Amino acid sequence: MTAQLSNEPVVGQRGNSWQLTQLLDQAPGFHALSDTLNELTDQGHPIVVGTADLKYSNGLIRYSEKHPERFIQFGISEQNMISAAAGLASTGLQPYVATFASFLALLCAEQMRTDTAYTKLPVRMVGHHTGITLGFYGTSHHATEDLAITRSIANLTVLAPADAAQLSSMIRASVDVPGPIYFRVGRGRDPQVYSAEDLIGFELGKAITHSAGTDLTIVTTGSMVHPSLEAAKALRAEGRSVGVIDMHTIKPFDADTIAALAGKTNTILTVEEHNVIGGLGGAVAEVLAETGNSPRLFRHGIPDEYAPVGPPTHLYTHYRLDADGIAAVAREQLA
Amino acid sequence: MAQAELSLSEDKIDLLKDRAKFVRTETVRLVDIAKTGHYASAFSCAEIFSVLYYDILNLRRGEPDWPARDRLLLGKGHAAVGQYPLLSDWGFLDKSVLDEYTRLGNPLGDHPDMTKVPGVDFSSGSLGHNLSVGLGMALGARYAPEPFDVYVLLGDGEQAEGQVWEAAMAASHHSVTNLIAIVDRNQYSLDGRTDDINALEPLPEKWAAFGWDVHEVDGHDVVALTELLRSIKNGERTKPTVVIAHTVKGKGVSFMEAEFGWHLGWLDKQDEADVYAELEASK
Repeated sequence: MTAQLSNEPVVGQRGNSWQLTQLLDQAPGFHALSDTLNELTDQGHPIVVGTADLKYSNGLIRYSEKHPERFIQFGISEQNMISAAAGLASTGLQPYVATFASFLALLCAEQMRTDTAYTKLPVRMVGHHTGITLGFYGTSHHATEDLAITRSIANLTVLAPADAAQLSSMIRASVDVPGPIYFRVGRGRDPQVYSAEDLIGFELGKAITHSAGTDLTIVTTGSMVHPSLEAAKALRAEGRSVGVIDMHTIKPFDADTIAALAGKTNTILTVEEHNVIGGLGGAVAEVLAETGNSPRLFRHGIPDEYAPVGPPTHLYTHYRLDADGIAAVAREQLA
Repeated sequence: MAQAELSLSEDKIDLLKDRAKFVRTETVRLVDIAKTGHYASAFSCAEIFSVLYYDILNLRRGEPDWPARDRLLLGKGHAAVGQYPLLSDWGFLDKSVLDEYTRLGNPLGDHPDMTKVPGVDFSSGSLGHNLSVGLGMALGARYAPEPFDVYVLLGDGEQAEGQVWEAAMAASHHSVTNLIAIVDRNQYSLDGRTDDINALEPLPEKWAAFGWDVHEVDGHDVVALTELLRSIKNGERTKPTVVIAHTVKGKGVSFMEAEFGWHLGWLDKQDEADVYAELEASK
């Protein structure tokens, strides 16, 4: 007979110690996921929510407590979850299912393609802890290929929110998207980029131009929007004209915004927490290759390798994906 | 349940046998158009198709999207060539579409596409996915205004896919009683006997261990198959159900029953005439 363990932390007994069920306190960005899904469910949208044994990591515990009858625990069977979500969607429901991006976009790539995209079903797949945010958990838990994979899947919409507010806006907008969506989400600790007011009128598929710059334009997405804005601030203080564009929708790609940079900026620097092959930099390169008079392009991201062991912040520094690193890369390109 | 609900009239038995023969003859005709196809895989489940479509499934003629219909998914999507003629017979699909099977722009491919073919409840072709999809549909029925059952026809070679067992475990955990899997146990996959390639047995015990109600039946005996599926449909269910249908790959054509290679192939005119003659002569 095994003792039944309690989920409730015994408050006040262990100082500042923490355990799994308190994880959400450290990742407040995930509140937006559950809270927005709760809001849409309360409005009557035919939502069901599932996860693969990660409700504390993605905070969907909050949804499961509010709507237990609409929450499906699949256990550690990600492929089963994606295919089953397609089955749920075929009956008229809008399933939102979440797991680590590494498993969702790599392990389940074929289920995404064949069962959700080929079939054009409204399955919403949230790949969280994407990029190298899981740090020393290692390459098995990193997703530096997910944009390249999902971007080449026809019928799939690919979204990369920069922060919790943008994630909320995207989830609200997603109810009107007829086909499947891949959300590329961070670790719930992303610094705030947008206020709710900033996102009034937010549109999927339309890049957000924060600023224009004649010397250099940083085109970025997801977790790299915040450090890119900080880097641009530092460069401007040095007298450079630097713009920043948030490419929050990776597919369908806002090619017009990129093509319109021709003749307006000398250099485009793409910044992404992804392998430099096949992701945002690749998408921008494809547009520029077909655009006359196009600016120089430098793709900054994770080189074509697997990350060393290290805490996430140390890895960002290592790969020059923090604000200082991005500014340094930009200076090299401006030299 | 009253015995009368289970017993079949002679007319019904004749119909079921006739529709199984129709599956086989149409498969031969369509594969000839494509110049390649899965004869033996469709033949082994011809009676299963016939019994499902003409006795078991709750369908409405000409209404392939009726929300309360029972669903039928083909885990073994390569048997779709045997299903398409039945979709036409149900008025879901114009008969002329069959005549251009697999030709450029036709909706009917070797594996079924739900976005193109009315009456196909889900696309398939990649083995191992559709039991999970069926699980999702069966769970979806819990939120639907009217209940329905979900049938998933699985290949026996497909049992080697890990995702089948992910779905099996989850279906039992979630007490999904409206999910009924039928395993076409024809003993062969592409490279030979399933149990020489990746041993499946003891298959019934595996399903039972995963928490399913397990039944075994002769998959070519339309009476036994119908009685069993009726008893499942109308009976009290506390678990998901699996029917292991013992079948013969290539059933109905003697040389295909004898040579496993007819999983995939094409018949020249003389052989095709011989096959039609043998099928026609069968009872």
